[in-house]
Amino acid sequence: MHAGKWRFCVANHLLQYVIYLCCKEEKSQTRTYYLFANAAWFDIKIELYEMGWNLKDGLRECLVAAAPYGGPICDARPQLEIYSSSGLPLASFPWKSGVVKQLGWTVSDDLLCVQEDGTVLVYDLLGGFKRHFSMGNEVSQSQVLETKIFHSPYGTGVAILTGALRFTLATNIDDIKLRRLPEVPGLQGAPSCWAVLTQDRQSKVLVANGSHLFILDNTACTPVTPPGLSPQASSIVHMCVSFSYKYLALLTDSGHVWMGTSNLKEKLSEVDTKIKTPPKQMAWCRRPKSQQPSAVVMWDGLLIVVGECKETIQYHLDDDSILVPELDGVRIISGTHHELLQEVPGACEEIFKIASMAPGALLLEAHKEYEKESQKADEYLREIKEQSLLSEAVRQCVEAAGHEHEPETQKTLLRAASFGKCFLSNFPPEQFVSMCRDLRVLNAVRDYTVGIPLTHTQFKQMTVQVLIDRLVYRKLYPLAIEICRYLKTPEYQGVSRVLKHWACYKVQQKEESDEVIAKAVSVKLADAAGIFYSEIATKAYESGRTELAIKLLEFEPRSGEQVPLLLKMKKSPLALSKAIESGDTDLVYTVVMYLKNELNRGDFFMMLRNQPVALSLYKQFCKHQEQDTLKDLFNQDDDHEELGNLYVKASYKEQRLEARIALLQSAVDEYYKAKNEFSAKTTEDEMRLLRFQRKLEEEKGELLVGFSLHDTMTTLLSVGLHKHAEQLYKDFRVPDKRFWWLKLKSLAEKEDWEELEKFGKSKKSPIGYLPFVEVCIKHHNKYEAKKYVSKVTPEQKVKAHLAVGDMEGAAEAAIERRNESEISTVLSRCSATTDHLLMERLNRAKATAVKK
Amino acid sequence: MAHTEWRDAPELPDFSLLKRLARDQLIFLLEQLPGKKDLFIDADLMSPLDRIANVTILKQHEVDKLYKVELKPIVSSSDQLCFLIRPRIQTVKWISDLVNADKVAGRFRRYKIIFTPQKFYACETVLEEQGVYGDVTTDEWNFYILPLDDDILSLELPEFFRDNFLEGDQRWVTTAGSALHLLQSVYGSFSKVYGIGRCAKMVYESWRELMEEGEQRTRQPEFAKVFLVDRDVDFVTPLCSQVVYEGLVDDLFRIKCGSVEFGPDVTSSDKSIKVMLNSQDKVFSEIRNEHFSNVFGFLSQKAKNLQTAYDKRRGMDIQQMKAFVSDELKGLKQEHRLLSLHIGASESMMKKKTKQDFQELLKTEHSLLEGFEIRECITYIEEHINRQVSMIDSLRLLCLLSITENGLLSKDYRSLKAQYLQSYGIKHLLTFANLRQLGLLEEQQAGETLTVMESKVGKLVNDKTVGKLTDAFSSLAKKSNFRALSKRLALVPKSGEEYDLRVPRDMAYVFSGAYIPLSCKLIEQVLERDGWTGLEEVTRMLNGQEFAVTGAPNPRNKTDAQRIVLVMFLGGCTFSEISALRFLGKERDTYYVKQIEYMVNIKLSI
Repeated sequence: MHAGKWRFCVANHLLQYVIYLCCKEEKSQTRTYYLFANAAWFDIKIELYEMGWNLKDGLRECLVAAAPYGGPICDARPQLEIYSSSGLPLASFPWKSGVVKQLGWTVSDDLLCVQEDGTVLVYDLLGGFKRHFSMGNEVSQSQVLETKIFHSPYGTGVAILTGALRFTLATNIDDIKLRRLPEVPGLQGAPSCWAVLTQDRQSKVLVANGSHLFILDNTACTPVTPPGLSPQASSIVHMCVSFSYKYLALLTDSGHVWMGTSNLKEKLSEVDTKIKTPPKQMAWCRRPKSQQPSAVVMWDGLLIVVGECKETIQYHLDDDSILVPELDGVRIISGTHHELLQEVPGACEEIFKIASMAPGALLLEAHKEYEKESQKADEYLREIKEQSLLSEAVRQCVEAAGHEHEPETQKTLLRAASFGKCFLSNFPPEQFVSMCRDLRVLNAVRDYTVGIPLTHTQFKQMTVQVLIDRLVYRKLYPLAIEICRYLKTPEYQGVSRVLKHWACYKVQQKEESDEVIAKAVSVKLADAAGIFYSEIATKAYESGRTELAIKLLEFEPRSGEQVPLLLKMKKSPLALSKAIESGDTDLVYTVVMYLKNELNRGDFFMMLRNQPVALSLYKQFCKHQEQDTLKDLFNQDDDHEELGNLYVKASYKEQRLEARIALLQSAVDEYYKAKNEFSAKTTEDEMRLLRFQRKLEEEKGELLVGFSLHDTMTTLLSVGLHKHAEQLYKDFRVPDKRFWWLKLKSLAEKEDWEELEKFGKSKKSPIGYLPFVEVCIKHHNKYEAKKYVSKVTPEQKVKAHLAVGDMEGAAEAAIERRNESEISTVLSRCSATTDHLLMERLNRAKATAVKK
Repeated sequence: MAHTEWRDAPELPDFSLLKRLARDQLIFLLEQLPGKKDLFIDADLMSPLDRIANVTILKQHEVDKLYKVELKPIVSSSDQLCFLIRPRIQTVKWISDLVNADKVAGRFRRYKIIFTPQKFYACETVLEEQGVYGDVTTDEWNFYILPLDDDILSLELPEFFRDNFLEGDQRWVTTAGSALHLLQSVYGSFSKVYGIGRCAKMVYESWRELMEEGEQRTRQPEFAKVFLVDRDVDFVTPLCSQVVYEGLVDDLFRIKCGSVEFGPDVTSSDKSIKVMLNSQDKVFSEIRNEHFSNVFGFLSQKAKNLQTAYDKRRGMDIQQMKAFVSDELKGLKQEHRLLSLHIGASESMMKKKTKQDFQELLKTEHSLLEGFEIRECITYIEEHINRQVSMIDSLRLLCLLSITENGLLSKDYRSLKAQYLQSYGIKHLLTFANLRQLGLLEEQQAGETLTVMESKVGKLVNDKTVGKLTDAFSSLAKKSNFRALSKRLALVPKSGEEYDLRVPRDMAYVFSGAYIPLSCKLIEQVLERDGWTGLEEVTRMLNGQEFAVTGAPNPRNKTDAQRIVLVMFLGGCTFSEISALRFLGKERDTYYVKQIEYMVNIKLSI
């Protein structure tokens, strides 16, 4: 292919180097493996694409940004151009805004353009303008000096160094919270280099000023020193942080590369590059779980890989290039080519190393012989089986296939694995099957026309869902759906989601009529599960097609989902009725509150009047929040009953008596209007009572105001104000029974037995005399109690006698009344020892009573 | 507990899973606000929270100090404040005031509000209106269900009844639906869903919507059936005085969140003791469902047994003694402690409840249920009010009278109401208004107006869109039809027969044999018939809204799970009903798990 163009420069002091042509076939792929002194690691450089773009001056002198995970590339000269990884143009438009300082991509493939004044413009992948936001006043005043766009678990962030040499940072551009970091002491001009770190759930900035390093977080600026940094360095000229934010590499003016952990606690290695000019770019090139640190430094025309040992690998670059750090390597993009540089995966090394005796290598060999129908196949197999490493061999082949980019090589390895599997029983097939599936998907997206050069490791990290999203952003809907179906992704995560995106795109097509689009959408989405038509409708509305949005909303089965959009489209009456239909009270509240702020009061009340449910809910809200509004509402409805209740309630909150009485008077008026005479009368009584209580309070100094009638009388009686109590009794038409009970209790309480007797005799008791007996007993006065026993009605005689403990009397009464159950009651109270005779009599009486 | 003595009881699902889920989510939410923080908790969330995550766990996740939300200015030096609250407007307003006060003082803090079980729009509106929306972060803690016991789950929503039935605010319906959805996703699908009542229907609808949205998982279900019942289907039962031990404990001491605080008169010392009441308590589990008259005898028997067990150690040699001390003594001591507590509790019950007053109260209730001697009952109620015996009890009797008699005669209504107001003050005008709205205490209308009303109700029910929400609000006269229902379902056993409370014959034992709780009887009937067929007349009298839906197909092999029924009372249930269901379960070889909104003892005020 392009082997002729490759040039390798191998350092002399390498003990050994190998150029390995991995496949014997004609269409071979060239690859270079460098074996380091300790034979520990290789480096592999894979050609991904020959760039399809046609750049006049290569990448010289232009602002370029490429997204990780094989994302798109963008470049801004007077013309802003967006390309896929394979160099196919996706969008192009003239740049008319201010001076762009930095370009960058978000995690969801949106393009960020940071301007000099701190405004950030957001475009989608196809060049459509989405929105813009500002990085704050301070930034726009002192202008942007440098910018870095970074990714963290919280999303995409922007860090800015202003002309005032202060850092401003936003961790997530979708939820902007600007943070201004503390000042760096002694900083005169722009720092020599800086980087953003994510540590302890916080984004921090690491700044180098000459040989001094500082970590800036929300609150402080802390000086730090990397352990074991060579003393000859007087300045740190470049730094880079690994993809996972775990590792840090520093390049000093003496040409040393220091590598260590990003918390600056541990040094991993230090290598002298022997080049003292400042580099163009530096990046980590390290696969996850790898033992060795390795970084790539790029100068004009030269690329150096540094690792753990003193030696470096050097490549010559023909062309101006840029480095794109990835999770498991570095992509190198030049004017003509797009290559991937990565550490050789363990499995590949085992299999393809010259004269390797690893089980995977033997299995591959065995399969080759088998294809040639040679008996050597058996020998190789036997060799593996003797060491019982066959399953290991299969595993290695499957894994290596995953790391290969060439479909032919993948196939060879997978065939070998499948061959090996035949000789194994109980080998779990999942790994093999899922690898085949994954590779099929990967090969599809790596295709030149799609241009997403993902490695298997990256694919696993980013997950299928994200890959589907990326395809959707590129409007590759058929491919996305195909992949979902192929991988059997659950419908509402897969196909439905893609269809939804498709529909959202569809509704923005201005040339088609509302009817056509609505029909097309409904036909295509008809049997897809979990579609939210409301989202599609929102899109339609956003692109100015309200009518279409309403049409689409009709398809939405969940009325709850329709409401927010209807509100946004100012279709409030419809929104209100939909909310009520949904039965979700919270939603009704949403609409009601919205309307309350939106409409003037009169219109608002009118609208509520037509919706009793909403009205009633709003009343509840007002009851807790706005009593005055509630009053207006009741007034509007002429609901005098409720108004009365409202006034009564308010009266209890009022401390001053006059105000209280005034409120009660209002309540009385309302009750009359409501023709509720009962409540009106009662309330009037209450007013009268309050006045009476106050008068007495002033005269006698007893605390009375606020008591109920009953309690007032109790208090009066207990302090001996019988006259006043009687007055209340007459004025308020207190039932006789209540008054008798009251007086009886209060007299007994005071043990005023004389008065009690007088009271008892004053007239015939409306409550009978049994209560007299019981109350006396309660106050332990048997003597007084007995006085009333004779007055008790015959029906209650037995009870009365029993209450005073007079067994004889009780027995007498019971026998006289010939009442069986009463006799039994008395009997149960007799004790066998003392009332022997009595019991006999009772038993006899009982017998006759039963007979009767 | 009932099923320990009952050999063939089906295995219950493991409800501790629910606790673990809730705990994990809470921890996750706390971790979202890294660093030391002070936590403010709504008062009524204190005890449920304690069941989920105790102070140690909270401290582990950097909670510095714990405060109860008191709606007063706070003293906290922490830079991070976290609020764990119910979505109540009042509380949110208080938080907004705090934030604004800090702003004025130039103090920078982080605020996080965790709403449980969900946040409401109205709360967010308050934050917005107070201008603090951007300063606080909000989250939801989907803590729907608290397992109170092996067979009781609770949503712990004390507002449910008031909001839903009185104020017509159905915001908790979705909560109940989500709770069912949670149960289903944890324990598998139900094969059959029954329900009665408007709220039940709405809960089912919201649950169904959730089911359709999410993915269906098929797994061996651990519940067979679920029965949803609205509280307003049966108001009678909670209006009756409870006489089962657990019910009495609740009446007297208030069981809160599965635990009760016994005062000094019970503990016979000078301090109060908090006791957990569940099936772990061996003594309690044996008496909780017993009629009160049996409890004392049982306890004394138990005391004797305990003494014998203690006495064993006489005549033991050293070896045996050692074994005794290590194996048995601790258990005995524990049992001893519990026993003395429960004896103390029943003593104080005895004091209060065997008095003449209580006997007469019961007698009146029973006559009301049977419909005998109504005049005398009214006189008794009058006296009850006049003597200011108990504010709540009087009200309870009034409501019972109104429901059983389809409303009070105008004359009686006015005179009783006037007397009540004289006793307890005019503020109860509002109480009466509320009770009328609920249909608990009404004045009889002239015959003509009633039919008009009824036809109105009919129209509303037919009209689908309106029917969904409207008539829960309308206080349109709802005939309670208790008399007819009682006859149809044989709720009141024939009087005159002796009822041996030691050997309960049917569920009526929970009310001294005088009345079978309507709710429980309905459940029994529906499960027996596997649907509502044959009960048409009954449901018509209960205002309809019944439904029965078949869910996942029944697995052929009859597993334990097929005998477990989940009963959900929307608006709360009483301990008597729980006891009755336990009894029913034992008899029908089925197990009932109850899920309730909140334990209620009918208590309504302004």
